[in-house]
Amino acid sequence: MIGLSHYLIVSAILFSIGLMGVLRRRNLLMLFFATEVMLNAVNIAFAAISHYYNDLTGQMFAFFIIAIAASEVAVGLGILIVLYKKHGSLDLDDLATMRG
Amino acid sequence: MEGLVYIALFAPFASSLFAALFGMSERKIFVGVVASVLLAISFVASAMLAFYVYGTGHAVHVTMMDWINAGDLRIPFGFVVDQVSVTMMTVVTLVSTIVHIYSIGYMDHDKSFNRFFSYLSAFVFSMMVLVMSDNFAGLFIGWEGVGVCSWLLVGFWYHKPDVSREENPSISPSWAANEAFIMNRIADLGMLIGLFILYWNVGSLQYDEVFAAVPFLDGTVLNAAALALFIGAMGKSAQFPLHTWLTDAMEGPTPVSALIHAATMVTAGVFLVIRANPLFSLTPEVSYFIAALGTFVAFFAASMALVNRDLKRIIAFSTLSQLGYMFAAAGLGAYWIALFHLAAHAFFKALLFLGAGNVMHAMHDELDIFKMGGLKKVMKWTYLYMGIASLALAGIPFFAGFFSKDAIIETAWNEGTIVLWAILVVTAGMTAFYSFRQVFLTFEGDERYKQYGIHPHEMYRYVLIAMSPLAVLAVVAGFGMEGFEHFVTKLLPDYHMSEHTHHIAWILGLVVLVFAVGGIALAYKKYYHGLKRDEKLENSWYYKLLANQYYIPVLYEEFISKPYAMISDAMWNKVDMKIVDATVDGIAKFLYKTGDETRKMQTGNLSNYLNWMAVGAVLFLVVAAISAAAIG
Amino acid sequence: MYEAIAFYLFSALTIGLFLITVMSKNVLYAMTSLAAGMVLISGFFFILGADFLGVVQLIVYVGAVMALYSFAMMFFDATRDIKEKNTPASLVFLLGGLSALVLVLMFAGPIHSEAIQALYPMHEGVGNAQDVGIVLFTKYLVPFEVAAVMLLVAMIAGIILAGKKMDQSLTKDTSVDDEDEILKQKDAK
Repeated sequence: MIGLSHYLIVSAILFSIGLMGVLRRRNLLMLFFATEVMLNAVNIAFAAISHYYNDLTGQMFAFFIIAIAASEVAVGLGILIVLYKKHGSLDLDDLATMRG
Repeated sequence: MEGLVYIALFAPFASSLFAALFGMSERKIFVGVVASVLLAISFVASAMLAFYVYGTGHAVHVTMMDWINAGDLRIPFGFVVDQVSVTMMTVVTLVSTIVHIYSIGYMDHDKSFNRFFSYLSAFVFSMMVLVMSDNFAGLFIGWEGVGVCSWLLVGFWYHKPDVSREENPSISPSWAANEAFIMNRIADLGMLIGLFILYWNVGSLQYDEVFAAVPFLDGTVLNAAALALFIGAMGKSAQFPLHTWLTDAMEGPTPVSALIHAATMVTAGVFLVIRANPLFSLTPEVSYFIAALGTFVAFFAASMALVNRDLKRIIAFSTLSQLGYMFAAAGLGAYWIALFHLAAHAFFKALLFLGAGNVMHAMHDELDIFKMGGLKKVMKWTYLYMGIASLALAGIPFFAGFFSKDAIIETAWNEGTIVLWAILVVTAGMTAFYSFRQVFLTFEGDERYKQYGIHPHEMYRYVLIAMSPLAVLAVVAGFGMEGFEHFVTKLLPDYHMSEHTHHIAWILGLVVLVFAVGGIALAYKKYYHGLKRDEKLENSWYYKLLANQYYIPVLYEEFISKPYAMISDAMWNKVDMKIVDATVDGIAKFLYKTGDETRKMQTGNLSNYLNWMAVGAVLFLVVAAISAAAIG
Repeated sequence: MYEAIAFYLFSALTIGLFLITVMSKNVLYAMTSLAAGMVLISGFFFILGADFLGVVQLIVYVGAVMALYSFAMMFFDATRDIKEKNTPASLVFLLGGLSALVLVLMFAGPIHSEAIQALYPMHEGVGNAQDVGIVLFTKYLVPFEVAAVMLLVAMIAGIILAGKKMDQSLTKDTSVDDEDEILKQKDAK
């Protein structure tokens, strides 16, 4: 029988994959993809908990996460376009201008 | 009457503030004049209060404001003018006024003239707070205030450099000031403990409430409180073993010595014992200890005065000795006699000191009486004043000192303490000897000062006139004894000689007189016709012992100051520098290094920041996991 | 039984697809696998009985968000492989692996909170969409409206950020910024 732990573990693995992407990537677009992966991983955990505790709150949170992810993509892509116009690149190594 | 109380109290304060306005500027005569006038106003107010209290027999009690009001502790800023405090007030303001006027002449060449008056008036204000307060807390404030002013005034010439102990036993004014201050702090700890004991057991610091409650207290508590308070009194009144500061305090200007270290501040200890008489009457053991210690100090100080060559130090030792007499009387229960001796002593001792100041002024700060002699030709009036004061001090009949000292010695007989009586009688003879040794060496005989190229001159006329009230009082104060007894015994317990003592009083008086006259005669024989130095005597061990003050200052230096300095040094070098400082420095260095190293994290590259963020997040996760596992 | 099969299948597929997303050098591959992973995640939601959430996931993520990404990619050169200096693999695998390990260990442990009371319980015999609707428009009405405003704001922000100077080519020539210059070049042609 599939229990809550199974879902949570899958969610954890997916989250770690997203984390690896965030760590590994230097291209901003790919970083956005990795962030989407992490958000979806969390959504799975919310939906699973909601199901196993018979409580709708988890699903509510998943809805709001989707809404936030959508607006994040809208604004983020706008910024990416502006950056690309300015620097001709989306690589973080090229964008590093604020060296301390 | 309330107005008079405030005028008497705050006129010196106003004077101090006024003089302080000109503290750093040039010498201005009017500062001294204004200060003297304000002090005179204070004296007049005190005298009017004295007449009022004398006439009505009622004490004036005012509460200016609430001072401390916390929980059960309630200490108002209150003042009481009763028979005891009004006596002190009158004496203090009278002597202070004269000293202020005297200082205008004495300090006329000093560039810190204005500052001096500021300190002097501040001292008088503190002393007034001390004697007028209606509770122990106010008394303590005044107590500390006079300590601070004494420190300021002893160290008035703070710019003088330190010299070796052989050259000047007091090393330097600033050293003497610090010594006085520190010794008083040690004693003040005792006093504070006494106040705490009283507050703990009574729940109040008001005199009337405390004294109403003491008869119901446990004997041990009473003894502890009385002893602790007396330790405070020992410091202020320079009783053995805290006596060394008083002679060193002679480094201050002479008017200061006259005002603080003879007439007023040093009597604060005696005042405390008199004020707390309901407490001390209940503790006969402590009282007997006070009497015994007082008698010992009377003899001890007089013995050191016998051989000293420094004019001011001789008078300082005699002050110590007379304070011993006062404590002997207070310890034996004759509080009013102690208070009477206190007042009489204030007059003639201030006169003596001011006379010494005249001599010092004339001799260009030379104080060695072996270098003086024959000054009577140029300083007739000073000779007269010092002669009167010395007669009074020696206890020659009908001068002030005769009545009061005789009464104290009679008390010692009356109480059956024959040993104390004998010592006090011998001390009376010694007192007469050293006072006249000093007078004769200074004013009579060959003019030794000439070989040092000094041209002495008499003090200004107005200064001499200002001193005259003291001279008059030194002569006549004794005749007010019965009236005084009648006056103060309304508050203080009366003390009467027994029938038997009364019967033989004239014999006792005669014995004292024989000793006193004997002392004078001996001094006359040895010193009247000039100084003949006796090498053999001066090299004998007992002479040296006395001249070096029983080596007590050296002992303190060797066995207290030096080990303490060594310990402090070790604590500084080992503990403070190696542990405390090193820890603080280590923390600072650690933070600095951390900042320096972690600065490299700021690459400006978002990817690096993300990596660090991930490291932090994973660390938190690990911590959360471990704590979750630990909690279960 | 079917549930278990579906679960393991979906798990394996999503993990594989997302790994491709994260590791691939080609943007197109990465985006395609991401979209596929999203679809499979909506599958998880259906298994879990959150029908409405699954539908929203499909519409918003697979439909809207991925479409947005594909539009954005048209601005950039998508066919080229991305050349980037990746963070050292050791660090990535250490941190990612460690977080995975810790999280898995935490979730694998027994769950103690049996006594949790459902705040908004689901109802038997009522559709999920109905349940969600009631809760969303009663208890979560204010956050819902705020989220709507947030989406509006994000939309306007996206339009303004991306829409400025749309007449300039992003990929062709970036050395000439000035509008007059471009017009002059056009005239010259």
